[in-house]
Amino acid sequence: MLTPGLRGYVLSPPVGDHKSTSNSKNTGKGTRKHPAADLLSAALAALADSFTVAAERGAPGSGARRRTWLDTFDWRLYRAGLVLELEQARRGGRLLLSQADGTPRAEQPVTGWPPRRPAQDLPAGPVRDQIIGLISPRALLPVVSAVSTVSATRLLNADGKTVARLTAERATVTATESTATATESRATATESTAELPLRVSVAEVRGYLAPARRAAALLAAVPGASPASQSVFIAALTALGRHPANYTNGVDANITAELPGSVAVARLLLQLLDTLELNVDGVLRDIDTEFLHDFRVAVRRTRSAIKLLGEVLPAADASRYAREFKWLGDLTTPTRDLDVHLLGFAATAEHLVAAAPADLEPFRAFLVRRRAREFRRLAAALRSPRFGAITDDWRKALLAIRDASAPKKRRQPTAAELAVRTTGRAFRRIAAQGGAITPDSPPQSLHDLRKRCKELRYLLEFFAPLHDPVAYRKVVGDLKQLQDCLGDFQDSQVQREEIGTLADALLAEALSGGPGVPAATLLAMGEVAARLAVSQAEARADFARRFARFAGPAAQPRISTLLAKPGPPVRPGQPAMPDPKTP
Amino acid sequence: MKIYATYNIKGGVGKTTAAVNLAYLSAADGQRTLLWDLDPQGAASFLFRIKPRVKGGGKALIRGTKTLEGAIKGTDFDNLDLLPADFTYRNMDLLLGTEQRKQTRKLAQLLRPLAAEYDNVFLDCPPSISLVSENVMHAADVLLVPLIPTTLSVRTLDQLTDFVAGFDGDRPEVRAFFSMVDRRKKLHQEITKDLSAERSGVTVAAIPALSLIERMSVERAPVTAFAPRSQAARAFRSLWSEVLSDQE
Repeated sequence: MLTPGLRGYVLSPPVGDHKSTSNSKNTGKGTRKHPAADLLSAALAALADSFTVAAERGAPGSGARRRTWLDTFDWRLYRAGLVLELEQARRGGRLLLSQADGTPRAEQPVTGWPPRRPAQDLPAGPVRDQIIGLISPRALLPVVSAVSTVSATRLLNADGKTVARLTAERATVTATESTATATESRATATESTAELPLRVSVAEVRGYLAPARRAAALLAAVPGASPASQSVFIAALTALGRHPANYTNGVDANITAELPGSVAVARLLLQLLDTLELNVDGVLRDIDTEFLHDFRVAVRRTRSAIKLLGEVLPAADASRYAREFKWLGDLTTPTRDLDVHLLGFAATAEHLVAAAPADLEPFRAFLVRRRAREFRRLAAALRSPRFGAITDDWRKALLAIRDASAPKKRRQPTAAELAVRTTGRAFRRIAAQGGAITPDSPPQSLHDLRKRCKELRYLLEFFAPLHDPVAYRKVVGDLKQLQDCLGDFQDSQVQREEIGTLADALLAEALSGGPGVPAATLLAMGEVAARLAVSQAEARADFARRFARFAGPAAQPRISTLLAKPGPPVRPGQPAMPDPKTP
Repeated sequence: MKIYATYNIKGGVGKTTAAVNLAYLSAADGQRTLLWDLDPQGAASFLFRIKPRVKGGGKALIRGTKTLEGAIKGTDFDNLDLLPADFTYRNMDLLLGTEQRKQTRKLAQLLRPLAAEYDNVFLDCPPSISLVSENVMHAADVLLVPLIPTTLSVRTLDQLTDFVAGFDGDRPEVRAFFSMVDRRKKLHQEITKDLSAERSGVTVAAIPALSLIERMSVERAPVTAFAPRSQAARAFRSLWSEVLSDQE
């Protein structure tokens, strides 16, 4: 019985050995062997000093192997230290989930399951159970695939007993096109296929540790051998010039305090433009709903940056792109709203008390039809010359600002000054607006406050590298809770209004010869709307507490610390912002 | 974990041959299988090309200073491991106690921790009636008794059955099978036929005396592995499936 505990080595041709891999033609003196075959022969020859070496045909795991590694666009599995491999056989295959160090976690058979499908389509099984929470609602995409030839060799002692096994793997790896290639996609064209160096590993037979060690030592001494420090997956990514986890929907534009404000803002906006462009393909191919979500976040951040930091940009650019990005935001809203409805549909249906979940089915079908229509409109716009012009011209304009060497006529604020000024302004505005809200204030006042909070959040995130990390985390944490509360309030309001609109549209569709709508469906929708009203009221009741925690007296020192940086600390008793109760 | 033991008071009746081949067939079925070569002569260990040596000897295993687990060796076959023989096993009786203070359940106790690792365990016992064999009978779920088709060996089976019947608590099931059957001998044919029909504990499957089985010591592998399509291999497969069907 084999125990795991592989000792792996990579065998590369020694430096200076320039045998061409492509030259496999008959050179007249017999067919030239592949270098990997030479290396394997060298390894076997080294082992033959101590063991009888016997090829093992048909050993489990030997022969040809096809594997594809899967991850989400934003590398969720990789970031969680997991590796998901689809081992393809003639019919169906197996999904293997392991930790980054190779420790197996779960496996499940799959038949007729093509990857690049929303995670929800993964067939039930132990692998799905372990990853669904992590990856949902993202789709699994092929990252890299490998075709390899595996050969097995037994190492025998003087009694003819197998005391160790040697496995040799020669793999050709291919990058699959659709995963995040982030910034490198623009600059460097990466090799799409690569051959990995020959990998050999020794497996110990139980109770025969010493011979396995000896075999490993003999292998280590073969010229060109080095310990295999990387898994095949990581080695494949490296060989293909791919960097895992290179996509993030966050902002990190390497801003430093002394950077001229315009350069800092241009860097920031360029990064947002990268994120936006990276998601276009996934949106157009409708791979999963997160592409559109990340696209929209990049649009909103861009709009906020133009609005709040636009003072350092040329006025013509600021006003043109404020308009263009508003168009992009508005364009994507209907599809996103329908996505949100559909993503939460199962949960909504579960909460029904009076109506049955099946009553809502015509409503769901209606949402799907509507989304298809909205999506076509969105896709057409993203393929339009207007969209192409926005991204191209915006990039040119931003690059010009970022790379401008000559200082402008008036003195520019530094990134730190800009951060303190704009963040402070946003804080004060929230304190004033939020402090004025009473239980009788109209919903619109909370809606406005929510927008201000979003703007502040973006500003904080943009300038995160300049802030005190402890105060930053705390302030952002409180702000996030306030935003969630305002979000719940607002979303419930919007969805409730939407249900009314959608009910009208459903009826109109039925009247104009479309599919009919049962009364039960409308009643169930009414129940959903009632539930939304309840959660809206709950959010409203929670508002005062959340707001006080974020902007009340207890929060003042933290905010002062945040705004004081990078200058000298604020003196005690000198609030950075007015008391929220006295606007 | 199911424990099978091949046992007979007589030597040279095919205990080791049966243990080795049945253990191999169990492993080939995908069952995680361990064979413990309890015979100090180490024939089973030899057949798997494994040195008949255990660090610390039988003493360390019985006293518990070394675990069984640490002494296990992998065979050349998937799912099949071997706990080798050791020449010190000849003194195992002395280690298991004195006439006043006999330990009859020590082997059962030592095997217990292996339950998570193995589905089937085979014990290949030395010929004799001793404290070791008594321990084996207490540990085993099934006693597999090879019989040479003679009237005398039938008497031995009766004695063994009576002895086991006297146990308190769990008793192993006794399954006898004819071994080294010579088809040319009329007596062999008669006894084999009559007894397997008369006696419920005797299998229909019988192992013939074949030179290919003797070749195992030259090939150093189970005949079921090196000649899987042979008459000998077929006989062991019939025996194994009959033993398994009894268990269901």
